[in-house]
Amino acid sequence: MPLKESKYSHADLVQKLDLRTKKKSFFGDKFFKGLVIGASLYTLLMVALVLFSLVDGSLPIFVKEGFNFVIGTNWNAVEGRESFGALPYIVGTLVSSAIAMAIAVPISIGIAIFINEMIPKKMSIVLAFVVELLAAVPSIVYGLWALFVFRFWIRDFVEEPLHNSLGHVIPSFAKAPFGLDVFTAGIVLAIMIIPIITAVSREVIKAIPHSQKEAAYALGATRWEMVKAAILPPAKTGLMGASFLGLGRAIGETMLITLVIGNAIGLAAIPTSLFSQSQTLSSIIANEFNEAANDLHLSALIGLGLVLFIITIFINIMAIFIISRVSKSYSNLRE
Amino acid sequence: MVNLKNCTILGVSILALSLLIPVYTNSVNAQVTINGAGATFPFPLIDTWRVEYKNVNPDVNINYASIGSGGGIKQFIEKTVDFGATDAPLSASEFEKAGNAVHIPETIGSVVLAYNLPEVTTPLKLTGPVIADIFMGKITKWDDTKIKEINPGVTLPSEDIISVHRSDGSGTSFVFTDYLSKVSPEWHDSIGVGKSVQWPSGIGAPGNEGVAASIQGSPYSIGYVELAYALTTQMTYASIQNKEGNFIAPSFNSTMDAVSSAAGTLPEGSQSWTNVTLTDSSGPNSYPISSLTYLLLYKDLSTNPSVDEQKARSLVDFVEWAITDGQQFSESLGYVPLPQSVVDINEQTLKSLTFKGTPILSNSTS
Repeated sequence: MPLKESKYSHADLVQKLDLRTKKKSFFGDKFFKGLVIGASLYTLLMVALVLFSLVDGSLPIFVKEGFNFVIGTNWNAVEGRESFGALPYIVGTLVSSAIAMAIAVPISIGIAIFINEMIPKKMSIVLAFVVELLAAVPSIVYGLWALFVFRFWIRDFVEEPLHNSLGHVIPSFAKAPFGLDVFTAGIVLAIMIIPIITAVSREVIKAIPHSQKEAAYALGATRWEMVKAAILPPAKTGLMGASFLGLGRAIGETMLITLVIGNAIGLAAIPTSLFSQSQTLSSIIANEFNEAANDLHLSALIGLGLVLFIITIFINIMAIFIISRVSKSYSNLRE
Repeated sequence: MVNLKNCTILGVSILALSLLIPVYTNSVNAQVTINGAGATFPFPLIDTWRVEYKNVNPDVNINYASIGSGGGIKQFIEKTVDFGATDAPLSASEFEKAGNAVHIPETIGSVVLAYNLPEVTTPLKLTGPVIADIFMGKITKWDDTKIKEINPGVTLPSEDIISVHRSDGSGTSFVFTDYLSKVSPEWHDSIGVGKSVQWPSGIGAPGNEGVAASIQGSPYSIGYVELAYALTTQMTYASIQNKEGNFIAPSFNSTMDAVSSAAGTLPEGSQSWTNVTLTDSSGPNSYPISSLTYLLLYKDLSTNPSVDEQKARSLVDFVEWAITDGQQFSESLGYVPLPQSVVDINEQTLKSLTFKGTPILSNSTS
């Protein structure tokens, strides 16, 4: 028996389907496209607005100080003696963040590997939950804890011994420690960003296929060799992304820093040793913005915001660049 | 995680509801709401007034946002609040920008040198120039001869002095640097007076709490805090040499003496107060680091378009109550009450206030 002829020929069907999808897509696609474009335009618009108000607000200070505003070290808000320079706070920001990163990155990646690879699944779920909980603690809580409790531990158990034993040999430990300094700020920052870097690193490591790890074990690798060969190389880009996420948090952190960095001002804010008081771009804005009634002072503080904005953009671009290079070199390796 | 989310939603909705409630009561009772903003220092006192004034006039609601003197002045000049509050008088340019502002001193603050010297039990004595040298980093050891000279018989430790100052812009710093500028020419020339100045050395801590916490935990440190704060936290503080050469411990009485002895030099409320300072004032028992803190009003209250006649009258009534009956709450909160001489000046100022040209007070009292 011959197959029953379809009511429509094949060509008809195609045409109909095509028409139908076309008709539907005409509205749906357009709507969706508009929505997505609108959403991305919103982001661009926000950045543009931020940049505009930063430039607009800091114009008076750049007119007065010129490029000196970026490389100057004076910070005088006294009426009639105004003079502003951002360099000490740029240095303070970079130094405190560098200390934080040096401590936080290895610890975070260690925790992430431990949670994923070293312990039973049930325990790892609990631990991961705790890490995520820590990531949600507001930074002011860490800051107050540091001011009232932690700085005495740091001073008595870390800074004093370092100062007494190595102070005359290594200039970084030369200054008599007080507990409120760039070193403490770096450590507390590290404590703050460890949960964030850990949480992201854990996801990155989790995404590595099991077959890869099993292959390493099958080749007789020890656990450390497996981590070194099968986890770290493919996770490298992700781990770097996680670290930069932490760095972004560290650079912009404000209240915590204000409480523990010692808030020096002007030339005194350039740290000469690990135990020096300093100040970051965001902490001086937080400190002085409320009472900055003088127009030039206000403009200088907004100028610091612009400098911070540029540093953040620079770091993000660097991050993209480094990550793309690393992932390229890894894919070369695989081939 | 789900529970946490639910809790947040619940919390947010409760918050939203609680924000709605006052709106309804307002519309029912047709009350007057007076908005003010400014200095953080008088906030506990103004907040007490807010509550107590409900017993005097239940129809007046007072909102006070303690956002700092600078913010208070800014909002006052932009006319987004009905009154401002500031620790330092308006500067010449601010006074000009505001147009016809009046200063009404509402309470008194004084700044105390608090220190932490575990071995020393006798109260320390300090002079203005020595304090200036400590905060400039010139005197670095506690057993410096300059400190020894004024504290005979006290064994001072040979330790580094750690000076603690305010890191945030504050009226307290303004008063303190104003005093140092008067007693130390070097301070005057190299650092000057301001809410935030370029401290050559030492540790900056945010707020009175921050300074107090830094001093209390760290032996051999010294810093300055508000009197009220030093009294409530039981810190040890220094006696300071006044203009007549006497060493005076900070207290309500010695601060009031300083204000009383300077009261004769105060200008009228509507004049510029830019150069008014009470630091280093004369009088044998005057504590040398004290200052007034001010409420700011417009001489003609209709200058602020959001103030109608009823609001203007309520505002002036409230201020009059605050500088007279309201002063009874000062001492328990650690504030120094206004001496009669300053209250008299304020009464004169309030009488001169107008709404669209007609005096306000005589209308309401008649």
